[in-house]
Amino acid sequence: MVYLTRKAEFSASHYYHNPAFTPEENRRIFGKCNNPNGHGHNYTLEVTVKGEVDPLSGFVVDLKQLKDVMHREVLDAMDHRFLNKEIPEFAHQIPTTENIAIAIWQRLATKLERAKLYRVRVYETPDLFVDFYGEA
Amino acid sequence: MKAHLSRRYLFSASHRLHSEAMSEAENQSTYGKCNNPHGHGHNYIVEVTVSGPVDEQTGMVCNLTDLDGFIEREVLARYGHENLNTMKEFIKDVPTTENLCIQIYEIVQRGFHSAHLERVRLEETMMNSFEYSGKSEAPK
Repeated sequence: MVYLTRKAEFSASHYYHNPAFTPEENRRIFGKCNNPNGHGHNYTLEVTVKGEVDPLSGFVVDLKQLKDVMHREVLDAMDHRFLNKEIPEFAHQIPTTENIAIAIWQRLATKLERAKLYRVRVYETPDLFVDFYGEA
Repeated sequence: MKAHLSRRYLFSASHRLHSEAMSEAENQSTYGKCNNPHGHGHNYIVEVTVSGPVDEQTGMVCNLTDLDGFIEREVLARYGHENLNTMKEFIKDVPTTENLCIQIYEIVQRGFHSAHLERVRLEETMMNSFEYSGKSEAPK
């Protein structure tokens, strides 16, 4: 089994707010991230797939296909967007780094042709990142 | 849905690698430059990984403010700008980055209960790092 990782970057804005909480609770739990006008990050996405090396091509995955899927499903949708307002997954879910990693996994998992998705890692900043392995 | 969250923190400390159980010559050959009796320092980066179900109400594995506060108080305030050799946990054990990594893991494991501790990874320099995931767990 060989693991292959491809990186990409996207920039987006978001804010954290749960309508089920009072304004005070939202401020206490989410702090600065609760500003309704939003704020932004340069996200780094790392997608790791796993598979056997194809004896004919020497590839675990067709990198071009992986790149195209990442672009179509994630970057074209999320880059330079306000995640709360423009991404359907975040209409009723807070776009925390945890939920962004899960949403990206769900967008990619069924679209890969040969390799199997192993891990989605999303860096919100160089000092904060989330890994999602598809675990329930 | 279970996710892993990792956070990186920086602190600076000094140490000297020297074992009372070894002769001067053995210490020299084992630890080389790190055996300098005056000590030397590093900018350590500690990367803490916790895991757990993503809370449906908050979208979080745990509140970062809680994790940051705990690490600030219990790890960074403890080790930042200290000489590790003078600390009680390193009277017996040599303050290698391996042993420091284990100490930090134990501190977080004992005191932080908002999420499950998966791993502590400690970078001594850009070129070397150490990971500890507890006694019996293999790192994911």
